[in-house]
Amino acid sequence: MKETNATYGEFYQRDRTIHPPAYAPTYKTSVLRSPQKSLISLQNSLSEITGPVFSADELGPLDHDLIMNYAKEGLPIGERIIVHGYVLDENARPVPNALVEVWQANAGGRYRHKKDTYIAPIDPNFGGCGRVLTDRDGHYVYRTIKPGPYPWRNNVNDWRPAHIHYSLSGSGFAQRLITQMYFEGDPLIANCPILRTIPSEAAVRQLIAPLDQNAGVQLDSLAYRFDVVLRGARATWFENAVQDDDAMERE
Amino acid sequence: MMRKANELTYLKESASQTAGPYVHIGLAPKQAGFDIFDNNFGSVLAGAKTKGEHIRIEGRVIDGSGTVLRDVLLEIWQANAAGKYAHPADRQAKPLDKTFRGWGRGCSDFETGIYTFDTVKPGAVIGRNRRPMAPHVNFWIVARGINIGLSTRMYFSDEAAANARDPVLNLIEWEVRRQTLIGQREVRKGKVVYRFDINLQGPAETVFFDV
Repeated sequence: MKETNATYGEFYQRDRTIHPPAYAPTYKTSVLRSPQKSLISLQNSLSEITGPVFSADELGPLDHDLIMNYAKEGLPIGERIIVHGYVLDENARPVPNALVEVWQANAGGRYRHKKDTYIAPIDPNFGGCGRVLTDRDGHYVYRTIKPGPYPWRNNVNDWRPAHIHYSLSGSGFAQRLITQMYFEGDPLIANCPILRTIPSEAAVRQLIAPLDQNAGVQLDSLAYRFDVVLRGARATWFENAVQDDDAMERE
Repeated sequence: MMRKANELTYLKESASQTAGPYVHIGLAPKQAGFDIFDNNFGSVLAGAKTKGEHIRIEGRVIDGSGTVLRDVLLEIWQANAAGKYAHPADRQAKPLDKTFRGWGRGCSDFETGIYTFDTVKPGAVIGRNRRPMAPHVNFWIVARGINIGLSTRMYFSDEAAANARDPVLNLIEWEVRRQTLIGQREVRKGKVVYRFDINLQGPAETVFFDV
């Protein structure tokens, strides 16, 4: 396999101060599902700096169009939006060919899932999931319906702000990330027990997508801009402890 | 964008958020109960022509009360039978297997809580500073209540000698805890199965890594 322009080195140590701790009792479900012993710190090997490689032919032509990819008899109900942005690494370089997978509730705040029993109805024309690969500039775009907020049983009157779930797969398995995108101006952001598991206010702000009206389609759709940052890799200037060149094939 | 001299321009990784109870919609929609994509990612990694010993990995993820999670999603990433990752960063002089990507995604069953992967046993991969690592499978685990994905590894019970020399297992100061990373080999009706339960808490808490 030929190397591309991409550089593959150890990832920078993950900054755990910007991530939610495993144990966050205001989000009750985390209490019994959080490891209590310290994580064992591991310097990266090939097992961490490599990861699955995806190709465009694995995705269908409508996979990134949530307005059309489950439409049966008509269009889904709700605000039509475009979501776009860049997947970057901590060096501010684009991450090309990253797999971005998204899922969400419909406009009424109901998920198409066996386990969701909220009173708001399923939309017969809306599935609520999509996926797209970033291009060479790290850019991605998909089209969807703006999800609605919904109540959940944490405290009895907790509500999730409108959000879209994101799963990201970059070049290395140690970059694997799941997060959520929120919408600028949503008053429920201030009190969300899940968003508030994040200890850093700057890290919370980074998950809130601003309205990007220029990127919308006139008389059709609004747009939101959401960049995601994955871990950055170190350049191997002096030595490469991950794999010694003497032991490797010559190219 | 204008840059100033000597200014460090690193960005911060986006913060993790829980995958939530409906992770299946996005990552395994068939399990959520509907059919939307033509091509679904799944838990079968090896085809009939894939080289190596064909195995199943099977287990449960268990919370701090001893209850089995029924809504967990797991991904695995591994080398092929020759010990090479299907990725351009792996420059070991070993053959790729065109039929094997080495990545799979599985969910615990909503009723039984059991997850499975059908794959091949990986070969040994070179580790840091040329110290070989024992054959292993990398795991990543997400679910409702898990705020940031958990990373661990499964090693193989029939590789005791290689495990004893493995540089990662040897980093774990408490030898008793190394046992939490060993998948136990069984043969069932001629099929090789490795049992690998993951305990999120308790005396047998699985070792998780900060990778």
